[in-house]
Amino acid sequence: MNAFLYELRRAPLSAKFGCTVVLFYIAVAIFAPVLAPFGESEVVGYEYQAWSTENWLGTDSLGRDMATRMIYGARNTIGIALVTTIIAFAAGSAAGFFAAVMQGWVDQALSRAVDVVISIPTLIFALLLLTIFGASVTSLVGVIALIYATFVYRIARAVAMGIVVMDYVEAAQVRGEGLWWIMRKEILPNAAPPLVAEFGLRFCFVFLTISGLSFLGLGIQPPAADWGSMVRENASLITFGDLTPLIPAAAIGLLTVAVNFIVDWMLHKASGLKT
Amino acid sequence: MQHLFRLFVQRLALGLLTLFAVSLVIFLSIELLPGDVAQQVLGQSATPENLAAFRRELGLDQPAYTRYLSWFGGFLQGDLGHSLISGLPIKELIAERMYNTFFLAGFAALIAVPLAVVLGVVAALYRDTTLDKTINVVALTAISVPEFFVGYILVWLFAVELGLFPSIANLSEDASLGDRIYRTFLPAMTLTLIVTAHMMRMTRASLINLLALPYLEMARLKGASQRRLIVIHALPNAIAPIVTVIAINLAYLIVGVVIVEVVFVYPGMGQLLVDSVAKRDFTVVQTACLLFAATYILFNLASDLISIASNPRLLHRK
Amino acid sequence: MTKYTSNLSIGRRGFLAGSAAVLGLSNMPRRAAAATKGGTFRLAVSQGGTSDTLNPAEASGSQQIMVGWALRNNLTEIGSDNKLKPELAVSWSSDDAQTWVFKLRPGVTFHNGKSLGAEDAIASLNLHRGEDSTSGAKALLAGVSEITAEGTDTVKITLSAPNADFPFILSDYHFQIMPVGADGALDLSGTGTGGYTLESWKPGVKTVLQRNPDYWKDGAANFDRVELLLISDSGSATTALVTGEIDAVQSAEYKTLGLLGRDKNVEIESISGGFHPVFAMQSSQAPFSDKNVRLALKYGVDREALVKQVLRGHGTIANDHPIAPSMPYFDASLEQRAYDPDKAKFHLKEAGLDSLAVSLSVSDSLFAGAVDSVTLYREHAAPAGIDVQVAREPGDGYWSDVWMKKPFFTGSWGARPVPDMIFATAYSKGGDWNESQFSNDTFQQLMLAARSELDEAKRGQMYGDMQAILRDEGGSVIPFFRNFVFARRVDISHGEDVASNWALDGYKAIERWWKA
Repeated sequence: MNAFLYELRRAPLSAKFGCTVVLFYIAVAIFAPVLAPFGESEVVGYEYQAWSTENWLGTDSLGRDMATRMIYGARNTIGIALVTTIIAFAAGSAAGFFAAVMQGWVDQALSRAVDVVISIPTLIFALLLLTIFGASVTSLVGVIALIYATFVYRIARAVAMGIVVMDYVEAAQVRGEGLWWIMRKEILPNAAPPLVAEFGLRFCFVFLTISGLSFLGLGIQPPAADWGSMVRENASLITFGDLTPLIPAAAIGLLTVAVNFIVDWMLHKASGLKT
Repeated sequence: MQHLFRLFVQRLALGLLTLFAVSLVIFLSIELLPGDVAQQVLGQSATPENLAAFRRELGLDQPAYTRYLSWFGGFLQGDLGHSLISGLPIKELIAERMYNTFFLAGFAALIAVPLAVVLGVVAALYRDTTLDKTINVVALTAISVPEFFVGYILVWLFAVELGLFPSIANLSEDASLGDRIYRTFLPAMTLTLIVTAHMMRMTRASLINLLALPYLEMARLKGASQRRLIVIHALPNAIAPIVTVIAINLAYLIVGVVIVEVVFVYPGMGQLLVDSVAKRDFTVVQTACLLFAATYILFNLASDLISIASNPRLLHRK
Repeated sequence: MTKYTSNLSIGRRGFLAGSAAVLGLSNMPRRAAAATKGGTFRLAVSQGGTSDTLNPAEASGSQQIMVGWALRNNLTEIGSDNKLKPELAVSWSSDDAQTWVFKLRPGVTFHNGKSLGAEDAIASLNLHRGEDSTSGAKALLAGVSEITAEGTDTVKITLSAPNADFPFILSDYHFQIMPVGADGALDLSGTGTGGYTLESWKPGVKTVLQRNPDYWKDGAANFDRVELLLISDSGSATTALVTGEIDAVQSAEYKTLGLLGRDKNVEIESISGGFHPVFAMQSSQAPFSDKNVRLALKYGVDREALVKQVLRGHGTIANDHPIAPSMPYFDASLEQRAYDPDKAKFHLKEAGLDSLAVSLSVSDSLFAGAVDSVTLYREHAAPAGIDVQVAREPGDGYWSDVWMKKPFFTGSWGARPVPDMIFATAYSKGGDWNESQFSNDTFQQLMLAARSELDEAKRGQMYGDMQAILRDEGGSVIPFFRNFVFARRVDISHGEDVASNWALDGYKAIERWWKA
C-alpha cells in the first residue's frame, strides 16, 4: 500500500487525475444511499424541472430527481461493469495463454470454439441468449462476459503467440517449468500491456453495450438507475439541442477517460521506458 | 511461401468446419427461443386452430432435425432458402441489404483504418506530450458515448443546425455514387468515431510495448531517430496485434451496426436480422448469420495469415 | 393564411374526436372543398418489418395496413367522423340482424381492369374463413355461417346468431376486397380498387405508390405519389420531420413534444381514441380471486398523474372498463374512480391483508411509456402498503410468453368501433383473449341480449350496465386511454375531422390528406 502511494506521488498529473476521479466514483457508489437526497425511484416533482437547490440536476422524464438517479447509477453501472469485465478477462486471457503455450490440438479446439462464438454477430447472439434466459442482471453479466471473453481470448492468444517463440520461454520449457508457471511468470508480465489497454476500454464498453441493448428493449430492469439506460431514455432530446442526456453521457465519458489515464500510466511503467 | 499456402488451405477447411458449427449453434438457439413464427405473425389475435394451420403450411410441424437438414443441405447447394413469413427467396431479400451494409462498412473503414494507424503512430511518437494526450482524450470521449448518442449528436449538428447532410439515409435505387456518399455520410462518420479509438489505442500500446525490447534499445543506442525507430523498426513487429484489432473492428463494422442503422434508417443487414429474430423467421436468421459468420471467418483468416507472414519466427517454425 | 393558421392551432390544443372537434370548427368553412391534387407525400410509419406481405390476412402493423388501404377498399369503412360509411358496398340491410344483404357499388373496376363483382367480395371474405385459414381475423368471422351471391352485385351473409354490429366488423383492415383471377384464385399481389397502385414494395424500407387516375371515390387520393418509409426509432422520425425529409410521422415521441411544438413548420395532432393499456390480473388465482384485492389495486393507481407524466396530457383517464369517451355507448353518468390510497388500504384489510407484494410484467414494446407507467404505478401504490414490482420483459416474445401467462401483466388494446367487439373477445366467458379470466353471468347475458337488441336506447342502457360491472368486479386495471399523437409538416392538410380509430386519420391519411 505504501509502495503504491509512493508510486502515485511520483505519477504524472493525468494518472493522479484518473485516480482521483475513480476514487470519487467508488466513494459515490458505496455511499449512494447516504449521499442521495431522495429515493432511487421516488417521484419528487414534475418532469424535466430545471436545476434548483432542491433538485441539483433537475428532474428526469418521470419527475425523478436526476442527481439521485446519477448517484445510484454509479453504483449499478460500475458494479456491473467491473464484475463483467473481470470475469471476461480472467476467462479469456487464461484460455488464450493456455492455447498459446499448449499449441496443437488444444489451441485448435479452443480457437475453433471461440471462432464459432465470435463469428456469430454479437448483438444478435446477445439478443438470442437474453431472450432465452431472460433479461436479468445475472444473465446480462453472463452474456456480455461470454462475448467479451472471446475477444480477450483472441488478443491474449495473439500476443502470447509472439511471446512463446521468444528464447526465454523456450528456455523455461527446456528447464522443465510447469505450464502454470510459464503462463504466470513468463507470459502474463509480457502480455500484460496490451491486455491492460484492452481492459480499460472493455470496462467502459460494458455500459455502452448495456445501453445499446436497452435501445433494443433489453437491459437493466427499471426502476434501477444505470447511466447507459439514462442516456437512452433522454437521447432524442439532443436533436433539439437540449442538453439533459449529456449528464449521464458525461459521467460515462469522464470515467472512461479517467480509467484509461490510469491504464496509460501503468502501461508506461510496464514498458520500462524512462522517456 | 509454400508453407503459407498450405496454412491457407488448412485454415480454409477449418473455416468451413466453423461455419458448420455456427449453423448448429444458431439453429439450436433459435429452437430454444420461446414462441415461434406462427405466434409472432398472428400475434395477439392468434387462436390455436390458426396457429396449427399456419405451422402446417410452413412445415413447422416437422421434427427439428428434418428442418435443419433440408435447410443446411440447400445452403450447401447454393440455395439460400425462402423466408418463412413472406415466402420470398432469401437471396432476393438480402442482396441489396448486403450491398448496403458492405458499402457503409467500407466507407467507414476507408476513413477509420488509416486514421487510426496514423494517429496511433503519432501518439506513440510523441508519447506523453500534449499532442498524445489530446488525441487520447478525444478518442476516449468519442468511444465512451453510446453509438446512438453519437449519431444523434451528429444529426443535431450537421442535419438540424447546419442542414448540411440528411438526417435519414432514404436511399433510392438509382442513386449515383456521389449521392450515396452524401446520404451515408453521417452514419459513416458515426461508425468512424466509434471504431477509430479502439484501433488507435491498440496501435499505440503495441508500439510502446515494443520500444523497450532489446533490439530497439540497441537501435536507439546506435543513434536511430525516434521516427525511424518507430516507423522502420517497431511498426513491422507490431503488425500482428494491430491487424488483429483491425480485423475485429472491420467485422464489427459489418455485423454490429444495427443501432446505427436504426438511427439513420439505413436499409442494411442488421435491422433485417433483429427483425427476423423478433418475428422468428428462422430461415432468414440462420442464413444471414451464416453469411456473417463466413465474412468474419474470412477476415480472421486474412488477419492470421498477415500476422504469420509478418513474423519470420512464426513463419519458419518447425 | 391567417385563418388557415388559426384552424391549425385547434389541432395543436388537441380535439376530442367527434363532437368537440365539430364544436370547435363548426363556423369554419368546410376545408374538404380546398383539397388540391398533386405533390409527393413522404410518410414515416413505425410498425412493420422486412417480412411483411401484402396479404391482408397477415396484416398487423401500420406499414401493412396503410399500404393495404391505399391499394384496396373494404365493403364498409369508418369515416373521418368516426361513423360507419359505405365503401365498396353502397348499402346494406337486415331484418333480424342475422341475415345481412350488401349491395355492391356499381361501375367500380380493379387496377387490372376487372369490374367488381360479388365473387370478388365473397372470395376476399372467405380468405379469413374455414379450417385452413391462417388469417388473424378468423375469429371475427367465426359467427358467419354462409356467404352467398345474389346476382352479380349483391352478397348475402348469414350469421349463426344475430349481431347488430356486423357491418362494423367488415370495416376491419383485414377485410380488404381483392379481385379473383381467371383461374379462380384471389390476387394478393396488390391489385385492388384503391386510390393508389404499387410502384415498388420494399417492406421494412420504403414503399412507393402512384395515384390511380381512375379512382372511383371523389375528392380522395390527392397526392400524385406517396413514399411510405418504415422508421422504427421515433427519435429519428421526429428529426426527419423537423429537417423536412418527411412530411408526416405516425407517432411523435412524448418527451420531445414540447420541443417539437415550437417548430413553426410542424403541426402536432393529438386525437383521443380508444387505445388503452390494461394491468390484467388472472382473477381465478389467489390473491386476485378476492374482489377486495382487485379493488385495492384499482384504487392504488393515480390515473391523473399517469396521463400527465407518461402521456404528457395526451390522453384521458379511464374507469377500469374499455369503453372510451370517444366511443359509442360510453356511459358518462358512471362515477369515475379516483386515486385513494386509504380506500386501497381499507380493501386490503377487508381481504385480511396488511400488505401485498405483486409482480407486474410489462414491456416497452407495448406502447411508448409502458414501463414508465408501471414504474409510476409502483410509486402510487406504495402508500397503500402495496408493492408493485416492475418486471420488465423483452418485447420479443411478449405475446407468447408473458401475456396471459403471468399472474399479473400489462396488455394493450387498440380501439374497437363498437363495444361488443371488445367485450366478446376480452371479457366474455370463453373469449379468446379474456386476459383477466373475467367470468360474470349478468355480464354474459347482457352481452348476448345487446347483440340482437335493435332499440338503441335499450342497447345503450345494457352497455352502460356492463361498464359498471367491469369497473366494480373486473380483474383489469385500466388507467387511461391514450391519444394518437402524430405530426405533420404544415403544408400537408386534412379535412374537418380526423378519425380516432387509428393514428393518421384512421390509417387513411394517404387517401384523405393533401398537399397545400
